[in-house]
Amino acid sequence: MAAAQIDSGDTAWMLAATALVLLMTPALGLFYAGLVRSKNTLNTFMMCIAALAVATVTWAAVGYSLAFNGNSGFVGGLGNAFLHDVTFAPRDGTQIPHLLFFAFQATFCIVTTALVSGAVVERMRFGPFLAFAALWSVLVYGVLAHWAFGGGFLQAHGTLDFAGGIPVEMGSGFSALAAALAVGARKDWGRQAILPHNAVYVLLGAGLLWFGWFGFNGGSGFSTGDAGVLAFVNTLLTPACTLATWFVLDVMRARQVTAIGAATAIVVGCVGITPAAGFISPGWAMLLGVIAAVPSYAVIMLRPRSRVDETLDVLAAHGVAGFTGILFIGFFAQHSWNGVSDGLLYGNAAQLGHQALAALVAPIYAFCATFALVKLIGLFTPLRVQEGEEALGLDIVSHGEEAYPTGEGAILVPV
Amino acid sequence: MKLVIGIVRPEKTNDVLEALYRAEVRGLSMTRVEGHGGELDRVETYRGTTVQVGVSDKVRFEIAVSDEFVQPTIDALCAGGRTGEVGDGKIFVVPVERVVRIRTGETDVAAVTPVTA
Repeated sequence: MAAAQIDSGDTAWMLAATALVLLMTPALGLFYAGLVRSKNTLNTFMMCIAALAVATVTWAAVGYSLAFNGNSGFVGGLGNAFLHDVTFAPRDGTQIPHLLFFAFQATFCIVTTALVSGAVVERMRFGPFLAFAALWSVLVYGVLAHWAFGGGFLQAHGTLDFAGGIPVEMGSGFSALAAALAVGARKDWGRQAILPHNAVYVLLGAGLLWFGWFGFNGGSGFSTGDAGVLAFVNTLLTPACTLATWFVLDVMRARQVTAIGAATAIVVGCVGITPAAGFISPGWAMLLGVIAAVPSYAVIMLRPRSRVDETLDVLAAHGVAGFTGILFIGFFAQHSWNGVSDGLLYGNAAQLGHQALAALVAPIYAFCATFALVKLIGLFTPLRVQEGEEALGLDIVSHGEEAYPTGEGAILVPV
Repeated sequence: MKLVIGIVRPEKTNDVLEALYRAEVRGLSMTRVEGHGGELDRVETYRGTTVQVGVSDKVRFEIAVSDEFVQPTIDALCAGGRTGEVGDGKIFVVPVERVVRIRTGETDVAAVTPVTA
């Protein structure tokens, strides 16, 4: 084995980046909580918090090993199950401790699991969601992460995915669509206006997500080298351009710039740059910000007119924007910036083929596996709360708490 | 003229509004209220503090109508508000002495008749 050294600068940055990415999960909880009705605030937030509990454990147990142990095509081995051999020695291909590499990847699994909850909020029972999160984090995220990062067939064929356009963004987006279809729409869907209850949460959540995303993309080079710096800076540029483009699209549609639209744009921009962050020049990253806005905006406008209650638009914000970013690499990747590969524009048409393959197979696997998984859980236990409970709100039904209790009329119960 | 006061579940508000609309009852006000109507208390826990919450959120409709609209209004409130569980609410019908429409100065039945044009 090559005598790779631990680099203290890389390690210091990756410790910080791991903490930054972990913050994205409660930030997502805040973002989601603001988008639902007040009676479901806590339940929605708790689904994200649940991912912290569940996905961390499953990741340490088997998920990490299946994603990152060995180079087989479909799924990794069990050599690192229960953190076996995950120690202070450098992880292959990096100069950071294997243990830290595991923790950094764990935060990705957690936030991705939390992302999928956006499709099923306001009606899914909490217990079945926990079961879903546990299985999904291993069987869907773990497998896709292996394909993209862990030496699986996509990575081996030359598909480029810097920080998770395949497992995180397309994985969560197309899984969300499947989960929404398998669980079914909310009872009020299409019958009443269902409005976000706190746009300030949504904006603050989006802002914190962007902040965390500097660790997410900037850390995915596993070093303080060029790729990490490029990814970090592109994480500033692309979302800003998406935001500006969203303003323009909003004005064209209704002559007003909307706050929840702005929050959505930040997420779309961050997602768009995720796969491409370390592979394209800052100039192309700004163009990606403009381009990524359009298909996601279109899906967000059209989806609520359909019968699909993919409640918080995970497909539009993550699936579609991730898809755009993955394909964008195929055109605009630039060897002089990334030191890895050129895209079509720089004479390497094959790269576009590699990217298109990923954009085809990852959504299919995510959708089919998730649909089957949710239906399977549904065979053992009801997935949804009863209609009356859905009307009352899941905060009281699932957690026995309210997000905004007045305390009036509450009698202290003697213990 | 009567004032129809209907207290219903907040989650049935939309159904009630829809039923009132179908019954062509147009003028109404609604308020969020808290109350107790014999339903089971719910127990909530915040860290070590467990409380029994005896009052539930309700929505109170106040609808002033001319006499021929009293029964349609009551029917609409019942149709829209009923779930069959304890806690569906009550309807009170009380006489009204005078009504004045502030904009025009119209009084009584003219004042509770919706503006059509």
